[in-house]
Order: sequence, then C-alpha cells, then structure tokens
Amino acid sequence: MSRAFLLLRRRLVGSVFVLLIVVVGTFLLLEAAPGDAVDAYLVSTGGDAGLVEAMRQSWGLDQSAATRLANYLWALLHLDLGQSVAFSRPIRDVILERLPVTLILMGASTALSFGLGSALGIYAGARPGSLRDRFLSTASLALYAVPGFWLALVLVIVFAVDLRWFPISGFETIASGKTGFARAADIAHHLVLPVTSLGVIYLALYLRMMRAGMAEVWRLDFIRAARAKGLSRRRIVLAHVARNALLPLVTMLGLQSAQMLGGSVVIESIFSVPGLGRLAQEAVALRDTPLLLGIILVSAVLVILINLLVDIAYAFLDPRVGASEAGA
Amino acid sequence: MSDFSLTRRSVLSGAALLLASTALPTIGRAQEPQKGGRLTVAADSEPRNLNPAIVASNGVFFISSKIVEPLAEADYEGKDGLSPRLAVSWEGSEDGKSVTFKLREGVTWHDGKPFTSADVAFSALQIWKPLQNLGRVVFKDLEAIETPDEHTAVFKFAKPTPFQLIRNALPALTSVVPKHVYENGKIEENPANTAPIGTGPFKFAEHKAGQYYRLEKNAAYWGKSEPNLDEIVYQVLPDRSAAANALEAEEIQLAAFSAVPLADLDRISKVPGLKVVTKGYEGLTYQLVVEINHRRKELADVKVRQAIAHAIDRDFVVKTIFLGYAETATGPVPKNDKQFYTPDVPAYAFDVAKANALLDEAGYKPGADGKRFKLKLLPAPYFNETKQFGDYLRQALAAIGIDAELVNNDSAAHMKAVYTDHAFDLAVGPPVFRGDPAISTTILAQSGIPDGVPFSNQGGYKNADIDAIIAKAAETLDAKARTDLYKEFQKKVVEDLPFINVADWTFISVASDKVGNIADNPRWAVSNWSDTWLAQ
Repeated sequence: MSRAFLLLRRRLVGSVFVLLIVVVGTFLLLEAAPGDAVDAYLVSTGGDAGLVEAMRQSWGLDQSAATRLANYLWALLHLDLGQSVAFSRPIRDVILERLPVTLILMGASTALSFGLGSALGIYAGARPGSLRDRFLSTASLALYAVPGFWLALVLVIVFAVDLRWFPISGFETIASGKTGFARAADIAHHLVLPVTSLGVIYLALYLRMMRAGMAEVWRLDFIRAARAKGLSRRRIVLAHVARNALLPLVTMLGLQSAQMLGGSVVIESIFSVPGLGRLAQEAVALRDTPLLLGIILVSAVLVILINLLVDIAYAFLDPRVGASEAGA
Repeated sequence: MSDFSLTRRSVLSGAALLLASTALPTIGRAQEPQKGGRLTVAADSEPRNLNPAIVASNGVFFISSKIVEPLAEADYEGKDGLSPRLAVSWEGSEDGKSVTFKLREGVTWHDGKPFTSADVAFSALQIWKPLQNLGRVVFKDLEAIETPDEHTAVFKFAKPTPFQLIRNALPALTSVVPKHVYENGKIEENPANTAPIGTGPFKFAEHKAGQYYRLEKNAAYWGKSEPNLDEIVYQVLPDRSAAANALEAEEIQLAAFSAVPLADLDRISKVPGLKVVTKGYEGLTYQLVVEINHRRKELADVKVRQAIAHAIDRDFVVKTIFLGYAETATGPVPKNDKQFYTPDVPAYAFDVAKANALLDEAGYKPGADGKRFKLKLLPAPYFNETKQFGDYLRQALAAIGIDAELVNNDSAAHMKAVYTDHAFDLAVGPPVFRGDPAISTTILAQSGIPDGVPFSNQGGYKNADIDAIIAKAAETLDAKARTDLYKEFQKKVVEDLPFINVADWTFISVASDKVGNIADNPRWAVSNWSDTWLAQ
C-alpha cells in the first residue's frame, strides 16, 4: 500500500505544475488566435459601433490580456471557473452538465475496446500463426485503417437510416419522461453506435498488442518450464502468457483515455452527443477563453487521475514497479 | 369514340371521369389541418440569448418567433406586404414624427398577465432603441411613446422618420416582451432571455444544452383557433449530414435554413415522403457580395472594379455553386424585392476580353509572368457557398491576370480581419437584405462608419453622391420619392461598384409530406407557425 501512497504524493505535486502550464499555454494560444468572443458573436447578429463597444466592456474583453489572465488565475485559486461569455452561464454548470455524458461515452468505449480487444487478442495469441490468428490479425488491421468518422457515418446510414435499429443521434429520447432503469436503457440504446465507432479502432490496437505480446512470451523459457511441469494449456495461456503480455495494454489504457477526451469531438458532432469534445470545439469557434480553459483543466485533471490509477494498477500487476521508492 | 353515339351510360361515365379528375388532386393535396402532434425540427446552433427584442437575428427568430411576437408579420398578400400580429393597424402622421399603433385586445402573456400598450412602450424605448442590433439604427430618433389607452401606442420621433421604413421594419425589429418581467434589474441579464415569455402560439418549455429546445402549445393563444401542433422540438444537429439522415429515418420532420446541404437536395428529393420547399424565405434574402478594400491603389480605380465585375460569370455561379437555387444579382437590392428593386442599372456581362481591356486601360499591364498584380482574397466561412465562391473567384481573377491569394479563416478571425483590421483586398461576404435598404444595405456603401462594425463599408469607400442619396432618403417621408431615391442608389452603386453583387439566395426547407401549411409567408421559417400542422 505504501508504494501507492508515495506514488500519489509525487504525482500530485507534479500535477499542479502541469495544470499551470496547461492553463497559461491554452490562454496564450487562444489569445494569439485572431478575433475575440465579440467578433464570433457578431457573425450571426451584426451591430453598430456603440453596441460592439458596450458588449466588449460587459464581457470584460476591453481589459488587457495580462489582466484577464491574472484575474482568471486568481479566481481559479478560489476554485471559481468563471462565467462563460458564449453561453452566459457559470462555466462550472456548463461543464458539469456535459461531463457525465463524456465519461459515459468514454468509459463505455474504453471498456469495449479494452475488454473485447484483449479477449480477442488472447484468442489469437493462444495459437500464434494459426488460421484464427491470421484472420483476426488481418481483420484488426483493416479495422484500424478505417477512419473513425467514416465508420461512424457508415454505421449511421446502415443501422440508423436503413435498418432503423438505433436512433440516429442524441443522448436520450427527447422529453421521454423516463427514469431509472428505463432511462439507462434508453441512453444505452442511443450510445450503441457512437460507442462502437469510438471503441472499434482501439479495439484493433489492443488486439494486436495483446497478440504480439503473447507471441513473444511463448518463446520464453518459463513457458517451456510450465509445459514441462504438465500445466494445462488453458492455464498456461491465461496465467502465464496472457498475464505477462497484459502490462503494455495497461499503459495503453492510460494513453487511450487521454486521447479519447479530445478525439471524441468528431463522433460527438456526428451523433450530436452533448459531450465535452463538442463543447470544446464550440468554445474555440466562439473564442470563449474561460470556457475552453475550464474544459481543458477538467480534462487535464481527468487525464492525470486516470494515469495515476493506471500507475497504481501497474504497481499491483508488476511487483518491480515503484520498488525504488519503496526502498527510499 | 368513333361511332359518336351518345348513350346515357357514356354521358354518365364521362361525367364521373370529369368529376374524378377535378376531385382527385384536391383530395391528395389539401386535407383538413389536424390537431396535435410533435413537430421535430433540425437546429444547428443554440443562441446564447433567445430574446428577439434584443437580438434580431434569424438564428434567434427561428426558435423564439413562436414564443414572442412582433407587431406585424410579413405576408404574401397583405397590404404593404404585412399582416397584423400584436398591432391591428398602424398609421404614420404627415410630418413623419409620429406613428400610431392600435394594439390587439384580449391578448395575454404566457404567465397570464394582460398585454397592453405599456409593454410596447417598454420594449421599444428600453430594448429596441438602446439594445437591439438593428433597432439601434432604425429607432435612433424615437423619443417617446404615448399610451393614451391600453391598446394604443403612439411612437414619437425627434426627427421626421419615413413611415415606409418603420413599416418594413415591423416583422423583424418589433418583437414585444413583457414589461412586468423585464422592468426590474438589468435587461441583458434577465433570466427570461434564455426562457422567453411572450404572447405567441407556443410557450417555452425547456432547453437541454447540446440536445434540444422544447416548446409547448399555448392554449390561451389569441388567434381564431389555437395552434395546431402540441409541441415543437428543435433537435440540435451540429453535423452537416445529420439533418438529411434524420429526415430519412423519420426522426425529424423538417430541416429549415438549408440544413440539408444543396448537394444532397437532389438525392433527398427522391426519397418518398419528403419534399423540398424553396418558398418561405423571400423576406430573408442573402446576398453574395465581393467586398472591396478601396485603400488598395489598384482597387480604388473604378476600371479595375469594373474589370472584376466583368470577370465573374454570374450564371455559372448560380448554376454550379448554388445548383440553381439562387438568382443572379444586378445590384444591391435583390430581384425578389417588390418595393425597391430596379433592373435599370448598368449591366456587367461576363466578358473576359473586356475585363482585360479595362485593366490595360487602367495601366495595369501584365508582367512577364502574365500577372498584373497580387491580391489577398478572404472568403467568409459562414456558408459553404461563400467559401466555394472564393475558390471560383480566385480562378476568375487568374483569367484576367490578377493573382489572388486565398486566406481562409474561421468566423471570428474573418470578422476581425475584414471589419476591424481591414487586412483584406477582396472579401466574399453574405450581407442580408431585410426588406428595406435603410436597415442593413446602405451601410455597405455609406462612408464614415467606425472600424469594427460588421457587415458595413469597412473598405474605406467614399462617394459624396451616394452619401447624399442615403442621407436624403433617410429623411424623405413620401414612400414614392423615397423608393425613387433608393432606385437612384442602386444605379449609382452598380455604376461605381463600392462592392460587387453576384447572386442572391434564400434558403431551402426539406420537410416530411406529413407537415402542412409550411412556407405560407415570406418569413415563414422565422414566423410563428400557429397554423402549421402534422398529419398523424
């Protein structure tokens, strides 16, 4: 247990600096983008000089960049994410509304790709070079080569437009009045296609990693020893080969979760799922700096947390990890 | 047929056929409007402020025009192209300094309070004039509003203001909001801005950010019969292909504002049960315009501008970019405007040889590489068509030896580059013609507009004659004389080309055959939909 705590402490200290760099960096990037929130807003309305000026003033955009950054950081110290100019609502509310959607979408597709991917990987890796291995490897390569948005569009046309098995878009049925289990089932029904399109690519990746890892392990001496001991093939595959090939997959899991937070923008748009990715895209288009900073902060915290969990899992899976700290 | 013997039977069957032939189409076409049902509509954006009294824009109207009503709505047949809403009649005084509105009686707000002239006075003086994007211009001289009784509002202007302008502004600029909701606190921060309260046929029910808006029927609506639909749901579909797919899957019944891209219309029109409707947007005509920065020495020469006008093949643009869903433009007023449009302006036929000759005449001979000079061209990113026209214009300019460099920005960056920084030589913009040139058209040519005003003359163009016409029209009370001035304005603009009008387009709706009474007024998509119905 103490190894996990040491890891936690070291990570937390590092995280604060990471977050600070992320915030300042994003602020400067958005500052460098031409046009501000008022410019973005005026696209759909127009307005005369007086109106434009009054708007800049009331949205606080007449102050210098340095002042705004300082104000933002000061508010952040008090755990205040500020007010979104594009939505004229508190940023905390806007993000909290979308966060569960993103987490569900991300969690489900990660579970799909990790679970199914590693299972198929074990199935293929149990007999490297066999027909089923070659089939799965080729199929996963093909799947991996398919762009996610294309897959999403094809899934929509086949399963939503033509077959009408699944709804075309949205997170749940509009104003259905469903609660509890019925609502969960409704959301699950809506998320089948987005989760599939988001998860399938990583599924292929896990499959290939697992399979390749297992192919390596098969050649090692301890497997020969296990065989000589007369262990059942099933036990050798699961307890010895697969377990040793699992570690890189756990690392991948941490990376994937980070990638998915950003990479779901396209899928969220295609399926009109109200998640964080789409919100981030809107925040950039509308030049809503505080909102974008809020989203990035929340995502960064999530990524740090997930990686921490991965590291802890690692420490348990592999006794060698973190041993140096434990000794110190 | 051959023996020509009239028997009773043949006469009877002939009569029956005749009857059937006239009766059948009627049966197929116009059923009785049905009550009830939920109309689900595609929406591509979620405005931050849904109060149409503050933000007069199509994105806001699309949703809020069902909830909050104006004094009058545009109409295909009505007098002056209007039909009454919250006002039943309007009359301007001789001196142009007052307009009297008689208001509808027996109207209540969605919260049950009665609608009175005090609401109109409050909306006009506290919101339209000081806060509204368009009202700040049109109502700038509005001084006071007298309310002799609960159903009369007399607008008093400090300076004579053309009644024709006020009339033309009624549909878009005069949304009335309740005084009792807005009188306390800051108007811009009122919670009713995101959950509007009005007098319209539908009440605001809920908004789930990123998902949908839901409106419910207002059973106490003042109209002869209550609205047909029980609910209208605006489903947020940000993806370009989503609306067409959702229509095909029958998840939505209507996609307005060209939510289905033009390129998909051909395919979608063949899907059984769907119809493509081009009517119902005449009052919201968008104009494809080449904006010109007159600070560039070359572009300050009218010959160069004329050469560019000659280099553009307008028919090609309409046919290829708009796939026929547009009209070629002759000048700053679109052809579909009944009051002001005049065809009596110089024409710039597509003529590359003439364009080259004009450029030679202007002294910009081609260099050794065949190029006369370089330009920066910024197409507005708001529409597919403005971007595509940017690509076309670059090629059209290349044909006359002008080397245009395309600069593609996102919306906010484009706004800043063109209207604040003036960092462009040519830009492609989509200004809107809003029924009267004084609302948002003359500012494209008028001089002296401060930097940073979007969709206005930011190209540094200055023409004393045109400025004089604009100023004179602003105080000309007689509708005929004022119209003539704007005809003169069109002529002068096309002669001198402060900007170049290429095409005018309106939007397309795609709807399920089950939806009835669509496109029955020139601003249908942004009108109240009280008579729209859905076959069950």
